[in-house]
Order: sequence, then structure tokens, then C-alpha cells
Amino acid sequence: MSDQGVDRSKRQFLTTALTVVGAVGTGYIAVPFLSQMQPSTKAKAAGAPVEIDISKMETGQLIRAAWRGKPVWVLNRTPEVLEILAEQTDKLADPLSLESNQPESSNNEFRSIKPEIFIAVGLCTHLGCSPTFRPEIAPNDLGEDWKGGFFCPCHGSGFDLAGRVFRGVPAPTNLDVPPHRYMSETRIIIGDESGADA
Amino acid sequence: MKKNYLASCGNWFLDRFPLTKLWNDHMAQYYAPKNFNFWYFFGSLALLVLVNQLVTGILLTMNYKPDAGLAFDSVEYIMREVPWGWLVRYMHSTGASAFFLVVYLHMFRGLIYGSFKQPRELVWIFGMLLFVALMAEAFMGYLLPWGQMSYWGAQVIISLFSAIPVIGDDLSLWVRGDYVISDATLNRFFAFHVISIPLILIMLVFLHIVALHEVGSNNPDGIEIKASKDPWGHPVDGIPFHPYYTVKDIVGVAVFIFFFATVLFYMPEMGGYFLEHANFIPADPLATPEHIAPVWYFTPFYAILRAIPDKFAGVIAMGGAIVVLFLLPWLDRSPVKSIRYRGGIYKKAILMFVISFLGLGYLGMQAPTAGATIMARIFTAMYFGFFLLMPIYTRWEKTKPVPKQLTDQPTIEDRIPGWKATFCEMIKEVPVEKDGATVMHKRPDTSGIINVLIRTAKNLKASLD
Repeated sequence: MSDQGVDRSKRQFLTTALTVVGAVGTGYIAVPFLSQMQPSTKAKAAGAPVEIDISKMETGQLIRAAWRGKPVWVLNRTPEVLEILAEQTDKLADPLSLESNQPESSNNEFRSIKPEIFIAVGLCTHLGCSPTFRPEIAPNDLGEDWKGGFFCPCHGSGFDLAGRVFRGVPAPTNLDVPPHRYMSETRIIIGDESGADA
Repeated sequence: MKKNYLASCGNWFLDRFPLTKLWNDHMAQYYAPKNFNFWYFFGSLALLVLVNQLVTGILLTMNYKPDAGLAFDSVEYIMREVPWGWLVRYMHSTGASAFFLVVYLHMFRGLIYGSFKQPRELVWIFGMLLFVALMAEAFMGYLLPWGQMSYWGAQVIISLFSAIPVIGDDLSLWVRGDYVISDATLNRFFAFHVISIPLILIMLVFLHIVALHEVGSNNPDGIEIKASKDPWGHPVDGIPFHPYYTVKDIVGVAVFIFFFATVLFYMPEMGGYFLEHANFIPADPLATPEHIAPVWYFTPFYAILRAIPDKFAGVIAMGGAIVVLFLLPWLDRSPVKSIRYRGGIYKKAILMFVISFLGLGYLGMQAPTAGATIMARIFTAMYFGFFLLMPIYTRWEKTKPVPKQLTDQPTIEDRIPGWKATFCEMIKEVPVEKDGATVMHKRPDTSGIINVLIRTAKNLKASLD
């Protein structure tokens, strides 16, 4: 092509203008394309509260329930366990749960509303495996210092029976305690905290 | 004379499409070095496995249902009730492991003969992108059977994104399309696994080969054959890819299929390494299996993740283990490509790297005990040391003189007399009384065996200098 009679600045302007318009258009179409991978309205609505009956629970027993597709544990702790929990704070990464997620009503030493009944989301805060319940004291595979707790088989994170993470493991925070409240002495509702939105 | 309709049809086509030119440029007149050895089978084998995955994959989609309620049963349906469904499914699952085996060997070839070095940096980069795409493809494919390992493996890997500060949680939510791994996740992984990533893979294979054919293939001597040409402009040490290497690769394909079929028909689960036992249990979102481990080809990187006692740092280390591979062409400062002419430092470094990679691969399959974690940390340090110290130690190394032309290596026939002599050295004849007569019997000779062992050890040590 000959350069005769070409207005180079006009050509440059048109090229730039077309590029800008094209980029803006691409940006606009990217929003619905990327947003359609977000959780659907149906998925968002599936977070309804779950009711758990603990009247038949024995001391030391753990029961599992599903809330928002996640496992939720209810553990009935023995008085001995509570004694151990009060003692072993020096081995924990976050003994006072300052960095961890729990509702205000469970933000205390035993991370629960009632000291013996512990409720937590059963997913490791590292990469989301469900830790195993290992209440026994000093089992062969976990060593002499193990005083009962939850052990994640995926990456070896350990938590005590209040869901508090031990030092030197990959998990960054204590197990999450879901919002919950007591409807009566023996019935708990998970995902709903009176007054607070869940 | 009868008019040749076939030839005129062919000419009509060739007038409109450069088939002859393409064939000549990439096959009949693509000159490859004449000294390709065993290590050069794995590129064409990777292509073969890719075709196997595409064909069997398409057949599987005809009966598979990407639905959290139906997926597990549809795989069992394929295995039990679809005619030859078990064969197609096992070809696909065995093919996945074969793909990684072949690609790891292909990459190791690049490492020992310096195929990543100037002027082939882009070939290496495209190859690494292929490796990353292949890992994404394999990971997403592993969710589809919707077994326990599928579910919890995906849970762990998607949670890796949540370790990224600020945007992490929203990003992992966006990838999953739900608050937990669910039907939405399964459906989109199916879409990625059967269409998006395969398209990317095919594109990258195209780019990888175009870039390779532009600069020409490297070889075990690591010298540029284009440097010396005959009067017709062809490399003196080059031979046309077709027929020489197409025919040679058919031999490689035959041997490969022999091993592939053995696994396919006699050990398709490979004792839990190719198809893990826990994956024969349907996905249960409330309980993680007692012991979870990724499939064998991800275990080296998984072991690095587990070795670091911090969530974000662990994810960075795992990603970094792959990123350093991309940087390899610029980390290596040695002027020599092939391990044949490099100094002892690089040979020892590669040996350390192989030990650390295999060690990490083994530890990634084991339960995370305290001792295993310490070993994994040592191997992780070795793995990164190989790459990050490379700019220093490759500058020190004393390289050997590089030949101007390709060298002849002894063939198997040339080596047989030597092996025979070694065997005879380890045997002695002893007189034995049998039925009243004395006969000579061959028995192992202890001093001979010790001599051979000492010599082998000395040779091994010398080969590392």
C-alpha cells in the first residue's frame, strides 16, 4: 500500500478507538460469562438451618449431621476431657480462638455454649478434609502426647476436643463453630442464632 | 490410454491445499539427527496416548452421566453392562497413568540432553504448558467417577485456591459453583474435561511441534546438526523423519502397546495406584476416607504441599515446584547441552534431583507421620536446590570438549561380547563326582563376582565425573 495521501494520525486514532471499544465490549461480555459460574440462586438458598436432637447422646459420643452439605459434629465431652482441655493450652496455635471463626456465644474456653456439648463444622481449616475423631489417649500412631482430639488424615493437622489447632501443623485456624442455639435442653438448631442472621 | 480419475482428483485437491508441502516440511524432508536413542520414543508415544484418550473419552461420554446422583452408577453401568465398556474405561484410566509416565520420561530426556536450552526455550515452554494442561485435565477427569477419592481429592485441590490472600475464598467458591463440591462442580468439571482442556491440549501440541520443527530436534550429543550441511543444504548428520523415524517409532509403539496391554488386561487398577480402592465407594460429603492420597502422578507435588507447615506457604511451594521448571532454560548457565559432555556436578545434581522426585512421589502416597514429614522436607529442599542453585553450580562445572559431529555409540551387538566375558568371569568350573565319573559343573565364583562388582562400582563412579 502506498503512503500517499494517508492521514497517519487519523488512522492511528481509528485503530486506538476500535481497540478501546473492542476491549470494553469484551469486558462487558466477560461479566455474564464469568458470573454464570457463580453459585446459582438454588445453591445459595440451600443453606436452611438443621435441627439436631441430642436427648439420646451418651457421654463421649460424637454424632454427625449435614448442614449446607458440610458435616457438622456434635460431641458430648466427658468431665475428664474438659480438664485436659483446660490444661494443654501451651501446645495450641490459637488457644483463645482470636483468629478463628465461632459465634459470640461460643467464644469461650471450651468453644461451646454448654461446656460439655461441643459443636463444630467437621472440615479441616487447611484444605477441607474431614478430620477423624480420635478421642483415645496416646495411641500408637499419634504419639504419647496425644490427649484426644481430631486428626486430619490428609495432611496431618491435629485439633484438640475443642477444635483448637495444635502448633506446627498446616491448618491455620481452629475448626469453625457454626452459628447455633438451643431450642430446648435437648434440641439444637444449626445455622440459626437467635437475633443474628446465619 | 484410460484417463486416471483418481490422479486427477488428487491433483484437484493438491492445487487447492498445500498437502505436499506440509508432508515434506514436517515428515519427508524434516531432517532429524541420526542418533536418536531410547529416550526419543516418548514424544511420539505421548501423541499416541493422547489419541487413545480422545477416542476412548468420546466413547465414554456416550454412557456417562455428569450428575451427582447418577455419575457413580453410570460408571459401574459402563463397566458391567455396556458391551466392551470395561475395555474402553480401562483404556482411558490406564491411558491417564501411561500419559504421565511417558511425559515424565519425555521431560527427563529434555533434562539430560539439554533440549530445553537455547534455541529450544519455546519448545520447552509450550511443553511445560502442555504438562500443566495435562495435570488440569487429569485432575478434573478424576472427579467424574464421583467416588470417595474423587470427591475428597477435588475438595483438597480446590481448597488450595482459598489459601490465596484476599480473593482466595471467592475464587474457590467460583471454581466450585457451590459452597461445597456438588453437582454444579461435577457438571462444570465434565465440561472442562471433555471439551475446554482437550482443545487447549491439541492447540499446545500443535504449537509444541511447530516450534520444534522451526529450530530442529536436539539429540543425545547436544550439538546442532544444522551447523554442518552437505552440498544439497541438508544436515550431514540428519536423516528424513519419514521413513526413518516413523518406522523406528512403530517399533517403540509395538513395545509400548505390549506393556500397556499387560497393565490393561491383568492389572488395570495397578494395586490401587492407577484406580484407588477408596474410589469404588460412592462420594460421601460427610466422611473423608481414613487415608487419602492423590493418584501416583501428583504425589511428588502433593508431598511438597504437605511438607510445609503453613497453608499459604505450602500452596506457594507446590506451585513453585512447577514454576521453576518453566524457568529451567534460564537457570542453566552451562554452555554444553548434553549430559555426555557436561561436568560431574550436573550429573550428581541430576542424580539428587531424581532421588528427591522419586522420594517425594513415594512419600506423597504414605500417611503423614512425623518421620515422613521430615524426609519430605529434606527432599523438598533437594528438589528446589537442584533448580535454584543451578545458576551457580552450572557455572563451576568443568565441561568436556564437544564433538563437531554426532558420535557413534556402541550398539547392543557391540556390547554382547563384553557381557559374555563378564558372565564367564563370575562362573567357575568345578569337578563333581556323579555316577562314579567326574564331570565339570558350572558354579558361581565368589572372587569373580566381587571383582565384577568392584569394577562396576568404579565405572559408575567414573561415569559421574
